[in-house]
Amino acid sequence: METTRRTFLKLGGVCTLGLGTLPIVNALGKTDPEPKFVANTRELTARRWAMAIDLKACWERGDPKCRECTDACHTTHNVPDIGNRQHEVKWIWSESYGNVFWSAANPYMPLDLDRKPVMVLCNHCAEAPCVRVCPTQATFKRADGITVIDYHRCIGCRFCMAACPYGARSFNFFEPRPYIKTELNPRFPTRDAGVVEKCNFCEERLSMGQIPACVEACNKEARAMYFGDLEDPGSEVRRVLAQRYSIRRRPELGTGPGVFYLI
Amino acid sequence: MLERAMSGSPRYYKLLGALAVLMCLGFASYLLVLEKGHGVTGLSRDVSWGLYIAQFTFMIGIAASAVMVVMPYYLHNVKDFGRIAVFGEFLAVAAVGICPIFIIVDLGKPMRAFNMLIYPTLWSVLFWSFIVQTGYLLLNILIGWNVLEAERKGTQVPGWVKPLIYISIPWAFGIHTVTAFVYAGLPGHEYWLTAILAARFLASAFCSGPALLILLCFLLKKYTRFDPGRPAISRLANIVTYAMFISIFFVALEFFTAFYSGIPGLEEPLKYLFVGLNGYHRLVPFMWLFVILGVAALVLLSVPKLRNNDKYLMIGCACVFFSMWFEKGVGLTLGGFVPSPFNQIVQYAPTIPEIMIALGVYSVGAFVLTVLYKIAVSVKEEVGA
Repeated sequence: METTRRTFLKLGGVCTLGLGTLPIVNALGKTDPEPKFVANTRELTARRWAMAIDLKACWERGDPKCRECTDACHTTHNVPDIGNRQHEVKWIWSESYGNVFWSAANPYMPLDLDRKPVMVLCNHCAEAPCVRVCPTQATFKRADGITVIDYHRCIGCRFCMAACPYGARSFNFFEPRPYIKTELNPRFPTRDAGVVEKCNFCEERLSMGQIPACVEACNKEARAMYFGDLEDPGSEVRRVLAQRYSIRRRPELGTGPGVFYLI
Repeated sequence: MLERAMSGSPRYYKLLGALAVLMCLGFASYLLVLEKGHGVTGLSRDVSWGLYIAQFTFMIGIAASAVMVVMPYYLHNVKDFGRIAVFGEFLAVAAVGICPIFIIVDLGKPMRAFNMLIYPTLWSVLFWSFIVQTGYLLLNILIGWNVLEAERKGTQVPGWVKPLIYISIPWAFGIHTVTAFVYAGLPGHEYWLTAILAARFLASAFCSGPALLILLCFLLKKYTRFDPGRPAISRLANIVTYAMFISIFFVALEFFTAFYSGIPGLEEPLKYLFVGLNGYHRLVPFMWLFVILGVAALVLLSVPKLRNNDKYLMIGCACVFFSMWFEKGVGLTLGGFVPSPFNQIVQYAPTIPEIMIALGVYSVGAFVLTVLYKIAVSVKEEVGA
């Protein structure tokens, strides 16, 4: 069939008209109201989740090779073990006191203090620089103060890694699944190459009424981690912060870190 | 006008062919990264931006520098620049055109790049960077094309192009300011966290860009029948000289603040870059090349006898370009990662695939530039300019 300009334009017009009716069809076809959600009664809630790590209790455990919290976290979250420092992925891990609190260190401290382990993780900052810079809102603050990442929206630009003054974020330089050496936890998603990941304060466990895996693991032996609502004066975290002297990493940057270290 | 790009001398086709080969090599390397992940690059947990983002930063500057031709010509009626204005605009097109590519090859999930537009995030500088780059690209294509078309037809530039030209002037300052804001608002990177960064970026852009344009003008003069004219080149050289002095001055200001205040966080990146720190000194040679080439450039461009000689002027411009490349395209991005959040030094070196990808992206820019310049030169030759 030969297409004349006339028939072409007619067809084009009909097609355009068809597209124009789409919103009307959508409006008419819409029968279900917004889905209703059943309230999760098991969920642990807070206005701002925070953590306090008791350095003395951690060190008194006496075992410098204690990895209970790291192992619990990395098993729970299917964190890959890449095996080299350049590309490693980590959610909670130990760094030496001298490297964590370097601006507070001095040459006359007790000799071994410099090398004492300090557990570090995402600080779930009140004013998180990573959230500010993310160009897609893939990383965002929840109403309960937890900074989370949408692994399906992250474009892997690593602006958040440059913005985080705590080095808390890891990029998946490789496909992580072959490197998961712990038993796979089917209750938590594995990630993909090319996205950034970090500690999520176990938001998936909180919604099931469980405290974070690291705190749970630590409490079995050492009782060096406290978790609770920073806005609730009666919470465990607030009680221990009221009793003990605590410091935070680089508070002068104005990020308002939510992880406290008890001295 | 596009048909003028389709017929050229064998040399023109050879150049395009060589660039196409480089592009293919770059693309093949990129396929490797897509397949294996960014682990095949030299990037790491602690140095999360490297060659690509540094080149992006440098090329945005080259693009913005077109304003150093456009502003004198359209605002101050500097007639000499009439002959080369379109070449400045087309240089901006080629330069800003490859900036999004440098970002895309850096992305872990390039197929999701448009998430930036699907979820526009007004408080993210990277979002604004993307927007202003796209805008600047469109502005310069529209302006350059219409100005050239008017020249070919021997008519006035259409009325609607004039406002675009005026908009493009603050826009050029804007794109590079936004680029500086990508860096200058991040807590914990003292080398970037300086209010003068945007000014430093603009100054280094306004010397490296016009220096490149001068070199391109000499190439055009040598290989085509078009002569940009010595007055235009001399005026450009003046701009390069002033901007180079200001650039070096701005870098020196950083030294004063860091070393007179004695604050370790400010001193350490500079020490790492220029003399090495704690036994790490991979970037020291590059930074001294920046200094040596910078001083050489200032001498060559300041002494009238030398700068009025084409040969020395060319050497001077090459010195400016590479000096600023070492400062901005190497030192700036990497210096910001020293020290790491754990007060350590983690060094970075690009890998072969990474370098091939960067070369591939650069050859895309060179390809676009060649085609656009071919069109412009053909038109200029036709009208006998």
